[in-house]
Amino acid sequence: MDELRSDPSDCKDVLSGCIVRIAEAQDEAAFEMLFRHFAPRLKSYFTKRGSDPAMAEEITQEAMVSVWKNAAQFDPERASAATWIFTIARNLSVDRFRRMRRPSFDPNDPAFIPDDEEPPDRLLERAEAEQKVRDVMNTLSPNEKNVLMLSFYEDRSHGEIAQRLGLPVGTVKSRIRLAFGKLRAALGGDSGAGR
Amino acid sequence: MSVQFHVSDDLLLSYAAGTLDEASSLLVATHLALCPHCRARNAAADAVGGQLLEALPAADLSDGLMPSVMAQLRRPTAAPPPVPVRPTSDIVIPEPLRSYLGGDLASLRWKRVAPRVQQIVIDIPGCRPQARMLRFQCGTQVPAHSHAGRELTLVLSGSLCDRDAVLQRGDVAETDEQTEHQPHAGPGEDCICLAVTDAPLRFKGVLARLMQPLLRI
Ligand SMILES: [Zn+2]
Repeated sequence: MDELRSDPSDCKDVLSGCIVRIAEAQDEAAFEMLFRHFAPRLKSYFTKRGSDPAMAEEITQEAMVSVWKNAAQFDPERASAATWIFTIARNLSVDRFRRMRRPSFDPNDPAFIPDDEEPPDRLLERAEAEQKVRDVMNTLSPNEKNVLMLSFYEDRSHGEIAQRLGLPVGTVKSRIRLAFGKLRAALGGDSGAGR
Repeated sequence: MSVQFHVSDDLLLSYAAGTLDEASSLLVATHLALCPHCRARNAAADAVGGQLLEALPAADLSDGLMPSVMAQLRRPTAAPPPVPVRPTSDIVIPEPLRSYLGGDLASLRWKRVAPRVQQIVIDIPGCRPQARMLRFQCGTQVPAHSHAGRELTLVLSGSLCDRDAVLQRGDVAETDEQTEHQPHAGPGEDCICLAVTDAPLRFKGVLARLMQPLLRI
């Protein structure tokens, strides 16, 4: 597996900037840049989720067209380009490969509880969340990254992951626990859950 | 009062990954509608997905792919769908759950399954875990039961006392096969919750065994 790239933040900003330029000016050059960066990774993603190469390209195409059409919904304050594009790809793959709806909340629903008046630390928290996740991911060992990738991206049980890696199930479970444990701080803890 | 019992990291990450079943995803998404804290955690879980996407190897693309996509961009797009008319009165059940039920609390048609207990099974085609709304009259004891799998409960109205905790609107309880518990509805108003079970519940005791076929849970 590739080393997680410790993207200098200016590179990250260039990609976010591309989405903003598409929203503001239907900028095709900006789209091409996004396409060159993300389309090959999207094809890998859809292949991992279980599609053959031809289908993977078809859905990649659909995902990139969706990036173009929905660019106005992207908020660079809230997410990086990679995270936003991941959510588009994830929703498409749930629809195609699992053939189910992916229920999600609706911020315009009258029963929706909005965020508190943003205190300064909440804003900071949001800006730092991605960076925190990135930092944690860079501290994971290749083995931990590998099981995280398998459990996050491929719809596999612990038993199947173990078989595929030729490891005892116990080892796989403890690696997943370790990797998730390191992510926990970045995820803001889960106080009170799993009682 | 704000939510005190949240969804676990495990659930949140599989929801973000898109590997969680639809019934459990429905419960997670409905909790997110009520819980700003978990929405921030959910954004971080999405960021894990973004980081993993960045880390994937770049696959070779067919030469024709980019031109084909560029051609699609230049096609005129259909007008965006009209914004649906939203109800303005007091809504108890948030989206996405309200759409799955076909309406808010007042319009629901409950089925009596046991004395003081009513339910509505939510039909989700192709989904093995079972989602249901449960309504317990205040003070009602839920028969003692243990689980073959995971049970998730999201309280929407009233309160549910489970072991030493009192769960209120927005709170989530997650129990597994090791848990044997006997929650009861708190005093005051009826307790209404969304429950998702992985596998049939196993009830303990004679009365509970008699009730099981009635409850069909
Ligand atoms: Zn929460």
